[in-house]
Amino acid sequence: MKNTGYIIALILLGCGCKFNDSTTKTLPIYGNKEPVTKTVNGKQVTDTVYQTIPAFKFVNQYGDTITEKSLDGKIYVADFFFTTCPTICPVMHRNMLPVYNEFKNNPDFRILSHSIDPKYDTVPVLKKYADKMGIAGNTWWLLHGNKDATYTIAKSYLVAVQEKNAQENYTHDGFFILIDKQKRIRGTYQGTDPAEVEKMTADIKILMAEPDQKAAK
Amino acid sequence: MKIWLIVSAFVAMLVIASSCQNEGQIEFNRFYSNGSVVYQAHCQNCHGAKGEGLQGLIPSLIDSIYLKNNKNTLACQLNNGLKGKIMILNKEFEGEMPASKLSPLEIAQVLTYVTNSFGNKLGTINTDQVNADLAKCK
Repeated sequence: MKNTGYIIALILLGCGCKFNDSTTKTLPIYGNKEPVTKTVNGKQVTDTVYQTIPAFKFVNQYGDTITEKSLDGKIYVADFFFTTCPTICPVMHRNMLPVYNEFKNNPDFRILSHSIDPKYDTVPVLKKYADKMGIAGNTWWLLHGNKDATYTIAKSYLVAVQEKNAQENYTHDGFFILIDKQKRIRGTYQGTDPAEVEKMTADIKILMAEPDQKAAK
Repeated sequence: MKIWLIVSAFVAMLVIASSCQNEGQIEFNRFYSNGSVVYQAHCQNCHGAKGEGLQGLIPSLIDSIYLKNNKNTLACQLNNGLKGKIMILNKEFEGEMPASKLSPLEIAQVLTYVTNSFGNKLGTINTDQVNADLAKCK
């Protein structure tokens, strides 16, 4: 009987530790950071300013204009692709589908897929791609934009994309980038690896539960 | 004495028959396992590790009836690419599959793999068949 008591106590302790762990878990913040010293109420205060995604303007598969303001109060995942990509894009979007299905009913979540081939991937082409993928509504936006704007924004997501090479292929990273409501980079995942994408789904849930994400509108 | 002759002849026949069968099986195994390597390198990104395709964008490879009905033109599809509408499992697809740069041997290997995986069972497609099919491409 005495032993049983110890065992129960141990189990409770174990649960307690685990419980604490998951409630305090937060994701790291990536990108450049700069210390900024300000004067608040006559006192010098040093704060860290993190890299954020700059302002942008693209058009989604419905022909709607999407800017950084469309993402206010949203946690989102960004990636880069093109509809005729024979290499990693089908793998990335095959892996993205479960993420879409998991969060499609959450109004504070978005997926942004930037086409790096704006010449071919016009708005109707992107709409057709969305229909064939079986995605509807406003959770997953396929974005068309000026090539320079897309290539510039890729850099701010720390993703490398390049123009057509000698084999007439575009080359680009297959990363999924997780952005928080303050437009900071909170995770990068290899979109071609189902295990990493599963980790991303878990991380999105952790991020959604962070107090400053819940508070942000 | 006579009985021994009959028995040994029978045994010899059995051995020959089974070795023939083995050779066929060996050829199949060779094509199939090399085909799985070709598949991973050239087909899997789009068609998926289980031949599942991708939604309405990329057809699956599990439609045994389609594969059977088009067995003699599959080599041409791989060699020249495929454009236009096709029906797979009663669903219409109209994307474009790029032409592969595979050799006839690789085409034979990968077709043996695909037509004997994902629930399909069409037997070996060897290089001679592929060359004959390729000669008849439209």
